[in-house]
Parts: sequence; structure tokens; C-alpha cells
Amino acid sequence: MLDVGDTAVTIEFGDGVDQRLLAAVAALDQAIARQVASGRAPGIVETVPTFRSLTVIYDPLRTTRSAIEAVVRAASESSQDAIPRVGRHWRLPVCYGDQNAACGPDLEALAAACALPSEEVLRLHSTTTYDVYMLGFLPGFAFMGDLPKVLAQPRRSEPRLRVPAGSVATAGTLTAIYPWESPGGWHLIGACPVPLFSPAWAQAALLQPGDRVSFRAVDAAEYRSLLDELAASRASPTPPDAFLVDAGAAR
Amino acid sequence: MRAVLEVVSPGAMASIQDLGRHGLRRVGVPTAGALEPGWLRLANALAGNEQDAPAIEFLGGGLSLRALEHPVRIALAGYFRAEVVAAGGRRRLDSWRSVTLAPGETLRCAQLTAGRVAYLALAGMRVPPQLGSASTYARAGLGGVDGGLLLADVRFLAGGCSGDEKGLPAPPLADPAPIRVVLGPQDDYFEPASIACLLSAAYQVSPAADRMGMRLDGPLLRHRREKGVEITSDATVPGSIQVPAQGQPIVLLADGQTAGGYAKIATVISADLPRLGVMAPGQVLHFRSVSVAVAEQAARQREAAVQALLAAIAPLVERSGIDLQAIYAANLVSGVVDAQAMDDAFALADPPGKEEQ
Repeated sequence: MLDVGDTAVTIEFGDGVDQRLLAAVAALDQAIARQVASGRAPGIVETVPTFRSLTVIYDPLRTTRSAIEAVVRAASESSQDAIPRVGRHWRLPVCYGDQNAACGPDLEALAAACALPSEEVLRLHSTTTYDVYMLGFLPGFAFMGDLPKVLAQPRRSEPRLRVPAGSVATAGTLTAIYPWESPGGWHLIGACPVPLFSPAWAQAALLQPGDRVSFRAVDAAEYRSLLDELAASRASPTPPDAFLVDAGAAR
Repeated sequence: MRAVLEVVSPGAMASIQDLGRHGLRRVGVPTAGALEPGWLRLANALAGNEQDAPAIEFLGGGLSLRALEHPVRIALAGYFRAEVVAAGGRRRLDSWRSVTLAPGETLRCAQLTAGRVAYLALAGMRVPPQLGSASTYARAGLGGVDGGLLLADVRFLAGGCSGDEKGLPAPPLADPAPIRVVLGPQDDYFEPASIACLLSAAYQVSPAADRMGMRLDGPLLRHRREKGVEITSDATVPGSIQVPAQGQPIVLLADGQTAGGYAKIATVISADLPRLGVMAPGQVLHFRSVSVAVAEQAARQREAAVQALLAAIAPLVERSGIDLQAIYAANLVSGVVDAQAMDDAFALADPPGKEEQ
């Protein structure tokens, strides 16, 4: 257990991106949710699962760290294997930087760093199917992996102050789509016109942990027409399901 | 026909906030909410609202609002002065009180005299919640008015303004004590000398401070070479102190990202985060390390202090036989010298323009 001030504690299972860690995190998350649902864990505000840890956020006026530790211990003892997530499979359109440099200003530089032609970076990125490991950083920002190892490069040494919304990016063995304009240090190789988060949807984040995502290269003209077409889906009560390849089992 | 308050000028970085949006950090939605929740609660209590109601938070002077056809009751919290501009003249008032604007009267907030955050609550203001809160999170267009900062000409429906105007007998005292932190969760990524440095050196709030976070100028902190700078991303909280490669600490605040890949040397305790969050660029601070148990005790002490302030709120009229409202109201700006001083204060209150994040 790691100290996170007086409002949270982080239970760390390891240090890396690893399916076994994800399963352990999910199992504890679900066990704590059961404790909360049964009323045995007052003061817990929310939990935040990540690649390798679970952070329990609590209200220090309603509970204490020692009470939270007792809840975590009880949850660990009662913990069952995580209920497997029935992930959906999405295929999202991406305009890669070779079509329109504005869509992926780092494609050439990333290709050079990997000593590959940019067409090969594009091919590898768009023919891999990724797992959504976790959400975080920004609303609807999904950390996805694994990228083919030959594409793994550390983050940019100089983070950008402004990464445009929709940017498809890579860092290390991960890939992601920036749902919002924000600062960021990842390599921008393309742009995706699909909105990823809306408070109007029953589940505000389009991509959920356990989902699988693959990409389909589109040209700049198709990207622009999709961008116009999809602008309305942010206000609509249903997310853009047209990009679902497989809806998974009923949720 | 209901009372309406209209934004004449939004001043600097004004937004609607309440006590935050909870339960969605797991999908990347920051808590948002007031940088100084105690002051938001005080402003609401002074206005006669529920303590957790939404109110306007502003980061600098220049906010100016006008009552339309009906009187409205507003309340001010934070270190600043304001003036009510009426057809017949102007009257000046201090913060930490409520005031009733007659139809056509305009309230203008001067530059903040201390700190960088202040609140204005409107009696009966309704802002529809989005994902459980009215707090504005502008990056994703959530909450507030159309998901963004306040703009001129926005109108708020207001409630009635019955009862006396209220005030705090004395403003809350600024506490100059060091900002307390609990070390971790990744203090083992730092050289022992850098931890000692964080806990002893003077740091200064840099101009790169917004609702998302606050960069601190001061001695750079060094990561242990064998550990490196980056971690596999894990959860952050408001108060997390991240240290990127170059060594300059960044304290995450209400709008801070929910996960990050930089090692976090320490976490500012909940009792002291509001005190840090309202500090203005250039202000100097020190850190001190405490245990989780001490931090929890401090959280209870802070809540007791807020409760004591709430309990001290009293009507401004005929308190102890003194008509405070009349004293406040009599403080008309009639002298040339005073008027000049006030104009200078308002000249400084022009919005400096949106910070580029």
C-alpha cells in the first residue's frame, strides 16, 4: 500500500503493463465495490483502477486510513477471480500523417526513429488489434496496447503544449487517441474523427477497459467528411455504434 | 417574472464551481470543483444558499454583474473589494458579506488584494448539473454555462432576497504555516537529498498556475538514476506533486489529470490544499512532511474551522446595536482621492487574457 495523502491509498500489484496485473487489479476493484454496495465501507468516494494498481479515494471526514486498510484486507480475502469483461471490438477510422501531415505531424519522425519507412509504421499500427487497458488522464482517454515492439519509442523529450483533439498517438508500447485538446508528450501519427466521450451517452466514455480496438486507414477526404458527419453524435443520446465490429455479449 | 443577474464583464477566468464531480475519475474525468471549497461554502451560506450550491469562482479581478428588473442577493468571499454602481453614485464594500443589488445596479469586483481565487454566490442561482455536478471542466466542455468559462451577457435566474444581509465579523485569517505533505506514493524514485530539499527549501508559485495545476519555482528535484523519471501510469489525486524530468515540481489541483506517468514525490494534505490552491504567482511557501494520521486530524481541524466561520455569520443590521449595514453603505466614494484610488484598483482588474496551458 502506498501513501497518497489523507484522501487516497494506492494498492500496487507491480510495475509494468501485464495482463496478470490487470486481472488482479480488476478482482480487487470488484471486491471493494461489493464491500461498498453492502454498506460495509462508508466514506469510500471512488476507486481508480490502472495498469498495475488500484487507488481507493476516500473522505477523511467520514472514514480513516486504518478503516480503509481493513476494507481492502477484507476485500482481498473475499476476492474472487475478476469477472471477465465482455469486451466489444471497435474499428476506428484514422487519417495517418502520410495523407495529411496536419493529421500526424510526428509520423515521419517516428518512422525515422524506428528506422522504418512511414508506410510500414502505418501498416503495423493499423493491422494490430489493441486491448483497452485503462482509462485516465483526460475524460475518455483510453490507454491501448500493445504496439508492435519495433514501433516502441520513448515519449517526446519536449512535450507539446497543444495536442489537437482526435490525435492518434503512440508512446512506448501504447497507443491512444486524445479525446480533447491538451498538452501531451506522445508521438502524433494520425487523427481519428470519432468522438470518444459525451455526457449525453449512458456510458460517457466510448471505449471501456476490456474493449478491443483496431484501426482502418482513411484518406484525408473521408476523414473530413466523417468529422462533419460525426459532430452531431456528441449531442445524440447514442454513441457512434457504426464503428462496432463486435458488440460482445449483452452488457 | 424572476430576478435575473447578468454578467457585464466576466473578468479573469471566471467559472461556475461547486464541490466537484465524483465517481468518474476511473474514466478520466477530473473532480473539478472549487479550489477553496471552504470559501465557496461561506459564500453560499452568506447568500442563504445550501453550502454545496454552485457559485462563481474567479481568478483575478474584473468580474462585473448587473441586476435586471428585480433585486438580487449576492455574497462575496475572498480577499478583494467591490463597488456597487447605481444611478445615484457608487458605494464601496468589502468581501465576506452579502449585498442586495437593486434593479439596474452593477457590482464590480476589484483586483484581488491577496491570493488568486475568490467566489461570488447568487441567492437561488440554478445551474443544471452534468454528470452529477455543476462544476465547470472547460477542457471537456462539462458543467457550468455551456461547459466553459463565463462570458459577458450570460444571465442567471436568481431567487428571492428575503431577510437581512449577512457578514462575517472578521475575514478568515491567512495561515502562513508550511504546507503539509505526506511523502509518497513514489518518494523512493528520488534522491534523499532531493526529499530533504523539498521539505526545507523555499518554493515560489510560478505564473504557470491555473485550475489544473501549479508549477513551483525553486531547487530542482533529482530522480534516482536507477529508478528513472517515468512510471507505468497510475492514479493521481488533487494534491499530487509530480516531478517531470527537468525536476520542477507540479502540484495537481482540482482540474488535474486523473492519471500520470511521472513519479510523484508527495501529496499535499487535504487540509492544506485549498491554502496552496489560492496562492498567487510569486508567493513563497515551504513544505513540511506529516504522517497520514496527522493529516487526517488536520482534515478534521480544518472542517471545524470552516464550521466555526459558518457559525459566525451574522446579520449586518443592528448587530450589537450597531448598524453595520449603514456603516458599509455610508462608505460612499465621494472624495476625489478615494475615487482615484478605487479607479486604480479597477484599472488593474482588467483580465490578463487566458493562460495558455
